[in-house]
Amino acid sequence: MATRFKRLKLVLGILAGLVIFVMSVFPVYWMLNTAFTPNGYTRRSEPLLYPALFTWENFQTVLFDEEQTPFWPALMNSLSVTLITVVFALLFAFLSALALARFKFMGRKTMIVVLLFIQMIPGEAMIVSLYRQLDSWQLLNSVIGLSLVYVATVLPFTIWMLRGFVVGVPEELEEAAMIDGCTRMQAFRKVTFPLLAPGLVATGVFGFIQAWNEFLLALVVNSRPEAMTLPVWLRTYQQVTNETDWAAIMAGSTLMTLPVLIFFIIVQSRMTSGLVAGAVKG
Amino acid sequence: MSRGVAMTSQPASKRGRISWFLLFPTLAILAVVIGWPLINLILLSFQEFGRAQIFGAPPEFVGLGNYQKILGDEAFWRVMQRSVIFAAVNVVATMTLGTLVAILMQHMVKPMRYVVQAGLLVAWAMPQLTAVIVWGWMFNTQYGVLNYLITEITGVDFIGHSWLSNPLSFFAVATVIITWQSVPFVALTIYAGLTQIPKEMVEAALLDGASGWQRFWQLTAPLLRPIFTIVTILQIIWDLRVFTQIYALQGLGGLREETSTLGVYIYLTSLGSGEFGMGGAIAVIMVVVMAVISVYYVRRTLKDMDS
Repeated sequence: MATRFKRLKLVLGILAGLVIFVMSVFPVYWMLNTAFTPNGYTRRSEPLLYPALFTWENFQTVLFDEEQTPFWPALMNSLSVTLITVVFALLFAFLSALALARFKFMGRKTMIVVLLFIQMIPGEAMIVSLYRQLDSWQLLNSVIGLSLVYVATVLPFTIWMLRGFVVGVPEELEEAAMIDGCTRMQAFRKVTFPLLAPGLVATGVFGFIQAWNEFLLALVVNSRPEAMTLPVWLRTYQQVTNETDWAAIMAGSTLMTLPVLIFFIIVQSRMTSGLVAGAVKG
Repeated sequence: MSRGVAMTSQPASKRGRISWFLLFPTLAILAVVIGWPLINLILLSFQEFGRAQIFGAPPEFVGLGNYQKILGDEAFWRVMQRSVIFAAVNVVATMTLGTLVAILMQHMVKPMRYVVQAGLLVAWAMPQLTAVIVWGWMFNTQYGVLNYLITEITGVDFIGHSWLSNPLSFFAVATVIITWQSVPFVALTIYAGLTQIPKEMVEAALLDGASGWQRFWQLTAPLLRPIFTIVTILQIIWDLRVFTQIYALQGLGGLREETSTLGVYIYLTSLGSGEFGMGGAIAVIMVVVMAVISVYYVRRTLKDMDS
């Protein structure tokens, strides 16, 4: 009886697992399937369930069809904004994380509370005043303006994440290096910094994903065609070609999704533990 | 206190100075990009600020005028009610499904568990906007794969069925999309918590003859309460401020007036109709609501940090 029950449990587990897996990945599968199917075949009463007529033509349409909203400027804007955001957010967050993790000083707790609350302020609430602010500085529809906003919005969480990594490197290691004759800066550079590298990578990827995916602020602040980032471009593209070229829309979605998918899977576990830091440890 | 030698030999004032020096760039940028606009937002919410002011007319202080107008506006309360109900449904659906998936994962053989984890990560990683557009394509009236599959499987003709034109069905679609993307975070986090429960406790409960149901409510649930609470709070915050999914779905079909949630309403009031003062007041109300919900999260996180 017991073995029979065990086998039943095994089979049910596998079945449940398959259902969860299929439901999770089906939309992504369907995006790829449509992206690699000739557009004419996507508008038929019986869809092709796998890319039997494999083609790259939809990607060509997205990348090189100059009549539609052009893809390349949006890609360049996204890359610039993302790069600037990641570099500055990492730099500033690193300095702050050091201060919050390594020094006990007056106002430290207040600073942390402020950061946590800022993290909870919804972007929706800020759009009006951010729009007016950037307008008064003549930074609407510019890479610098949007990057500035992104650095500020990702900073609280990146500081929080990095703080966790800095706390994880015992100060005793640095002291040992100093006893061996290193100066404080040398000890930091040669001992602590290499140990922090994985944390910096994870935090950087978090900033990358945020800046790459952000839609609302980009929509409000950089709405001109030449200033659009990829999410705003994708929506505009979908609005323009809706009902005529779903295959190209899916190809565009694929181009936007792939980099995020790869990076996300690399750093996922480190990001989650930052969000629910204390809760999991109990 | 395991403060370093070098650390303790420095006077407190110097440590403070170094700290604030390190924090300076962060403080500067937060003050300029968050702090100052936040002050402006509050000022704006007390001003008459519409189209005329955008073109140069001086804004006029109207005291609590904007707030009175909003709180007396039926449209605002409908949006508020809609947002709260929508968030509640999504939070309950996400938490229930997420917990269920986590428990199922625990009972699976290892290779299957890896497959499930990989699938969850893919769903989680998808950018919100592409997720909406891909789901929108799947729910497409004429050529959507879902209408096709429903027709094939049930035999009822669903081809040509419009999912987005009816508000209730619009929100059902939005719920599917949001739940699909939120379940992975909840499931993986709760699963991580489940693996921390000591084996001996489970075995003891089994020896006592506790059923699966009893084990969940009397052992697992109380032990995982901190995780449940934090994850629920985060979900409430995220679902209450939903923007991208609703806004993008409205672009695919669906009536703006009957499907806008709080975030979209602020966007439409301010940038759509140019009522910046009114939009500002709604935004302030939203910030206050979020801050209140966050209090527990912040306190809990601070407590964990010190222990």
